[in-house]
Amino acid sequence: MAQALLTAQSLFCERDDRVLFDQLELAVSEGEIWQVEGRNGSGKTTLLRILCGLSSHFEGELYWRGESMDEVREQFLSELLYIGHQAGVSAMLTAEENLHWQCALHPSLDVSRAQQALERVGLKGFEDVPAHQLSAGQKRRIALAKLYMSRAKLWILDEPFTAIDKIGVAAKEALMVEHIQAGGSVIMTTHQDLSSQIPLHTINVEHFASTQREWSE
Amino acid sequence: MSSTLQLFRQTFKRDLTLAFRRKSELVNPLIFFLIVASLFPIGVSPEPNFLSQLAPGLVWVAALLATLLSMETLFKSDYEDGSLEQLLLSPQPVFLVVLSKVLAHWLLSGLALTIVAPLLGVMLFLPSEGMPGLMLSLLLGTPTLSLIGAIGAALTVGLRRGGVLISLLVLPLYIPVLIFGSSAVQAAVTGLPLDGYLALLGAMLALALALAPIAAGAALRISVSG
Amino acid sequence: MASSWLPRWFYQLASPRWCYSITGKLIPWFAATGGLLFLVGLIWGLAFAPSDYQQGNSFRIIYLHVPTAILAQSFYMMMAIAGAIGLIWKMKVADMVAKSVAPLGAALAVLALATGAIWGKPTWGSWWVWDARLTSMLVLLFLYLGVMALNSAIESETTAAKSTAVLALVGLVNIPIIKYSVEWWNTLHQPATFKLTEKPAMPAEMWIPLLVMVIALYLLFGLAMMLRLRNEILRRERRAGWVKELLGS
Repeated sequence: MAQALLTAQSLFCERDDRVLFDQLELAVSEGEIWQVEGRNGSGKTTLLRILCGLSSHFEGELYWRGESMDEVREQFLSELLYIGHQAGVSAMLTAEENLHWQCALHPSLDVSRAQQALERVGLKGFEDVPAHQLSAGQKRRIALAKLYMSRAKLWILDEPFTAIDKIGVAAKEALMVEHIQAGGSVIMTTHQDLSSQIPLHTINVEHFASTQREWSE
Repeated sequence: MSSTLQLFRQTFKRDLTLAFRRKSELVNPLIFFLIVASLFPIGVSPEPNFLSQLAPGLVWVAALLATLLSMETLFKSDYEDGSLEQLLLSPQPVFLVVLSKVLAHWLLSGLALTIVAPLLGVMLFLPSEGMPGLMLSLLLGTPTLSLIGAIGAALTVGLRRGGVLISLLVLPLYIPVLIFGSSAVQAAVTGLPLDGYLALLGAMLALALALAPIAAGAALRISVSG
Repeated sequence: MASSWLPRWFYQLASPRWCYSITGKLIPWFAATGGLLFLVGLIWGLAFAPSDYQQGNSFRIIYLHVPTAILAQSFYMMMAIAGAIGLIWKMKVADMVAKSVAPLGAALAVLALATGAIWGKPTWGSWWVWDARLTSMLVLLFLYLGVMALNSAIESETTAAKSTAVLALVGLVNIPIIKYSVEWWNTLHQPATFKLTEKPAMPAEMWIPLLVMVIALYLLFGLAMMLRLRNEILRRERRAGWVKELLGS
């Protein structure tokens, strides 16, 4: 039995007077890829933000490797790679500068692989161009280059393939499979259909949506 | 430890690079500083004796407003492009990154204002004995303004119209710095010793250095989680 | 909530329902004693306390000015501490307390400033003088206004509560510094002004009614705070079973 990495127990979250999900349970183990499903506005991004600790607007418990998240937060962060809706790419910096700062923030990113990673995402020759001169897809690819540099155990990816072409998506899929074979895990949302070769676990946020909640005190 | 230092240095470098690529934002506070200072002679009176009496306070008020004006951009673009999320998910202490950003920001706002200040002093007929006091007090006082302003910037970063709000939050907290800063200049003009004022400004800077980055870090976390 | 060194009532306070019912029981007592003390203090202070040898009868506004000034300051502290409790223990009720206190504190600061101005007119000959206490009170009002502005600018209630708590705490650290610096600034600029409340040993007939008024206003504004808190509890917990039952819907 593979070790459970991230466990969420009875998560409850409401926004604007609407319960997004209630009693949501999730256990992500080593070597698993999880896809979070649901319609637009159903709370997929919210769930990912809660899981990685950006949002504290929830009730329930989170565990990292079986220990309460509050106590092992730093450890968790050092093993996490998160790519959010907004890519975290500064428009006024070049691809290289962006990646270097990311590496300083996240020791789990291997700075020596930055050059190679930019090549892999097809940004060779664009290293010195400020990001605002790049297309949306190219900007996205700067963020995705981090996947090639990451030694993190858990990847949390929010719509990573927006504005990415088919070939690019296939390459990232292969990379994810490589990642889980090495004992890592992925939690992601995407609108694209993923290749059927990927062993996919799914969780649908809407199944946990409830219109009414019996409020305890 | 070395990776923490590395992060401090990298962030510092990054923010300076960013600032130099957005040239207009770099000089705007300085121009504002000059304009505000020239409004007083026009609006009140160009009479040298009168102006020289007001000069210590005027320069300080103008510096305070210029710093405030520049604060809003401290975290704004990082918030909008998602860099702030990455920052908060770093296993490294957030206050350190905040401190580094504030330092970079201060170099280009507070320090720049300090250097330009004598020009304003001349425009407002500040007696030349007051110049060292003016520069020293600005040198010690503006970092405190930047640090406190960072808290306000962090609290309002998620709001679409944070500009006026940030002044509302931060200006009352600027009052002690204003009092001791302008008093230092006044003392310098009248030939009194400055040490006491500078010590007080230094003490406030020490307190702000210790507490403000932590408060701003907490505020950023709250703003991003909203 | 791992630690258990805190007394049980502390955790009970965390329950909005418990808080609602306990304040319901306290309100009549606060109203009765507060109202009574207010009348006693007011009549005593305005009619029976001896008049001041320098200021005559105009000093009697002290019986409103001083209590409101004291309360404005302690309400700020209350707001900041409630905010801190809300931040640290994620206690919803504490957030609600902080939110209920802010406008009351601002109102108290306005009252203190207004009574100060009314007092200033016969004493100094003008409505406003940059006296140290009044200036500090003005800054305190600004701090309150900042907290309220931030609270209303943020849409999400939890975020608003946390942000204002941070701001209130920053303000709390600053209040002593502001007070000290303003007092110092004042002595520098107006060396020998006549201080409003600095008296050589006020006689007992004067300060006892003052004390009564302070207690009365604490009770009455405590009452107002509880009323606001109860409203806030009902509003935020409107979908809870007990609230629906209570409102009969």
